[in-house]
Order: sequence, then structure tokens, then C-alpha cells
Amino acid sequence: MSTLRKALPGFPLSGFDYRALVLPVFFVAFWALAHGVGWVDTRLIPSPLGVVKTAWGSIFAEDFLPGLWGSLYRDVSGFVIGGLFGVATGVALGLSRWLDAAFNPALNALKQISLFAWLPLITSWFGYDDGAKILFIAASTFYPVAVNTFEGVRGVTRQHLEVARVFRFSRTQLIFRLLLPAAAPRILTGLQMGLVFAWLATIGSEFLLANWGNGLGNIIIHGREALDVGLVIWGLIIVGIVGSLLNRLARRAESRLLGWRGTA
Amino acid sequence: MAQAGTLEIQHLRKNYAVNGATLNVLENINLSIRPGEFITIVGASGCGKSTLLRLIIGLDTQYDGDIFLDGRRIRDTGLDRGIVFQEHRLFPWLTVRKNIETGLLNNTRFSEAEKEASVRAHIELVGLQGFESAYPHQLSGGMSQRVAIARALVNRPEVLLLDEPFGALDAFTRHFLQDELLRISSEEGITMVLVTHDIEEAIYLADRVVVMQPRPGRIRRVVDIDLPRPRPRNSEAFARYKDDLLKDFSVGEHPEEILAGNIEQPA
Repeated sequence: MSTLRKALPGFPLSGFDYRALVLPVFFVAFWALAHGVGWVDTRLIPSPLGVVKTAWGSIFAEDFLPGLWGSLYRDVSGFVIGGLFGVATGVALGLSRWLDAAFNPALNALKQISLFAWLPLITSWFGYDDGAKILFIAASTFYPVAVNTFEGVRGVTRQHLEVARVFRFSRTQLIFRLLLPAAAPRILTGLQMGLVFAWLATIGSEFLLANWGNGLGNIIIHGREALDVGLVIWGLIIVGIVGSLLNRLARRAESRLLGWRGTA
Repeated sequence: MAQAGTLEIQHLRKNYAVNGATLNVLENINLSIRPGEFITIVGASGCGKSTLLRLIIGLDTQYDGDIFLDGRRIRDTGLDRGIVFQEHRLFPWLTVRKNIETGLLNNTRFSEAEKEASVRAHIELVGLQGFESAYPHQLSGGMSQRVAIARALVNRPEVLLLDEPFGALDAFTRHFLQDELLRISSEEGITMVLVTHDIEEAIYLADRVVVMQPRPGRIRRVVDIDLPRPRPRNSEAFARYKDDLLKDFSVGEHPEEILAGNIEQPA
């Protein structure tokens, strides 16, 4: 690949490590082989080309683009809401011994309950529309963000806190000029985990509430109901692609925000 | 502002509660520091010299007796006092310029133009022109400490406190920064109080050297350094001061304390 990259400067994705393609390419080749030779039941496992055809068809189906946008909309909304509450909670608990003592045990106990176990409660209170799903996604994002923000704020050194005191920082200055920037590496780790959790929750809520609304999860479930394995596989692929694109975006944002760390 | 800066320490006493027992860290400290004077404090570990600085800066407000700055009793931290710690304590997410500007956040005395001018003047004072947009991780230890000095001075405080500021630096950088500090002291006319465990450094910098001793932390004596600057470190007069001060740390003076492990030999 290096010769190719030299021959074509900026060849499709400059900086992209093409070794990452080894496993997917090998997998698809094996899949095509298994299908072509007839090692598998072709009714349950379509050929790669069949999936591509299904994918091409589904892109133009009326529910695909609205479904993709619906999923993204709920994912981002829930992530933003849960992320903001998570950071605020983490800072508040990190700042105040009293709040920490009062709320942390309860939050830790609640964390033991699988997030999906909340879905029946959320739906019975808030119904089955976008609001309920976004609340569920926000709750999924909240925990990793709150926990990491808390740890980050607690990790602020006494030395830096003394500098803040010497320069007579107000509480607002303390939060925005010391605690948040100092905790930023941990907060961004939390947000990255939150982003993964949010996308899991987005698709998960669509699986469990398949008969309500439209999203990528619904499309996959409908494919299964129609015994359209190609559509199910295509659904998985697009869920994976969107998820990893979101992560790439988050990573890029992180390295830009944490440029001051130098080698990180 | 630069003309003010009289520090008056009277009957100062500080106790720590350690495991229910009371530890007397500072006992009856009396010291009067004139405006613009350069004071160095030397003493073995545990003599309370760093504690004394923390009391003057206002990070620790639990003490008996009085500390007055220009007649006002010190009750808290304040922008009339600046401090440089042994570690630079810069904020790693801010550039050199932003770190120095952090010192001015709550300065209501300066106009915006004066703040701007003060930042520029202090970057120049510590010789960091061209490094304004560098991040701390890109700087050497000596450069970081110079940023810390600029940050401490940017409010034009009356007193600059320095807690073993060059202790972590190599000898060459240390000597260089000592000269810088003397230049800053004469240019700005600020009262300086520097804590060190390096006797040579204490003599090189000070108008007066305060020798402290532990258990309880107290002033053993105050030595006037009557040498013109610059002071060659290898001169006979310099060596005489050094010998004199080293006596305070020698084993013969208080063998029982050395044997009890209460005094460490100075480095």
C-alpha cells in the first residue's frame, strides 16, 4: 500500500492505515467462498453480493433515510442531554463532600440495575414515542460521563487548587478555569464511553420497541420478521458504520481539545 | 506600590494536631522585613520554613500572633502577595501567556490596558518573548519556573514569596535564575522572601539570612550579608559567611538532636 500511497498522494484517505482492511476483506472473501461452494444454507446466509443488492434497494425504500435520521436524531439528543447532566452531576459531586456523601451511594446502587430494565418503567410513564427513547438514551449516556467527570474533578491536585486560592478564584472561576479543564481528559473519556452507550441504547430501544416509531433498529427487526436475512445483515453493517463514524468524530474532537497534552 | 511591602511578624506561633498530639511547628517568630528587602530563610527539614511562607501567603490562616503587611493583618490570600512554589504549578492546558494572565483574573486595580501592558512587561522581564503561545509541556524546567515567576509578579504584588523555587533545577539553570531574581528584585523593588535549604544560595541572594532550627521551629539567628553585588561565590568573604552559617548545621552544635534524627544535614 505504501507504494500506492506514494504514487497517488492523498490517495482516498490520507493517513488511513490500510492494514485495518485485512480482517474485513478476508472475512468477506471467506463468506463469498462459503456461500459459493455451498457450505452454508443459502436461505439463511445470502451472498455478499446479495446483501449489497438488498442494501442498494433498501437505501431507496421509503423508511430507510427517515429511519437513519430518526436514529441519529434520538442518539444525538439523548447523548447531549445525558452528557450535560453527567458533567454537571460529576462536577457537583466532585466539588461538594456533602453532595457526594448524599448522592453517590444511591447512584452507585442504581448503576447496578441494567439500563434495559428501566425501559418498561420509562415506557409506562412516558409512552412509546421519541421522548421516552431519548430519555432512555440520555440515562445510558449519563452514567459513564458522571462517573468519569467525578473522578476527573477529584483528581485535580491540591497544588493547583492552592494556585486558584492564591489568585482568589471565585466558585465559577474555579469550575470553569480549573476543574473542568483539568478534568477534561477524564470527561472526554466519559463522553466517548457515553457515545458508545448512547448508540447501543438507540438501537436497543428500537429493538425492544420495534412496533413504535422508525429507526435502524426497527428496520433490522422488520427484516427478521420478513425472514430477509440480507436486510438484517445490512442493518447490522450500517449500525456498525454509523457507530464507528461517531467514534471517529469523537476521537478527532478529543485530540483537538487535548492538544495541550502534546504527545497524547 | 513597589515602595510598600513591610512585613511585620510578631509572636507568631503555629501548632498542628497530629494524631491527637499537638506539634509545635513555629514558636515565637519575630521578624521585621523592610520594603524592598531580600530575605532568605534557611534551615533543616522540619524547621517550619515552608509553613511560615504558607502563613504569609494566607493559604493557612490558623495561627497565633500577628502577621502584618503594611499594617494590615493577614487573614487570607491576596493579590498584594505573590508566591512561587518549588514546582511551577502552571496550568498545562494554557499557553504561557494565558497562564500569566490567570494571575490577573481578579485584579480590579488595573485597567484592561494596564493588564495587557503588565503581561507583556513580565514576559519580557523573565525573558520569554517568542514563547507566549507555547504550552508548559514544551518548556524546560527552568523556563516553566520563569513563567511561574512572571505569573506571581503580574499583579505587581508588594511581596514575592519563593518556596525553594530552584530546588528541582540543575546547577547551571539555578545560578542563571538566581541572577535573574536579583535583577528583578532591583528593577521592581519588591520585598522578597525566599526559602531554601542551600546555604550558598541564601548568601548569594540575601540582604539578611534568617537561620531557623526545628523542634519547635524557631529563629536561631539573623545574619546580615554585608557584601556588594554581584557576589563572587568563590571569594574569601563569601566563604567566611558560608563557614559561619554552616556552623549552625554542624553536628557539634546539637549532637543530641542529630542523633535523635531531628535534624537532617543540609544538602
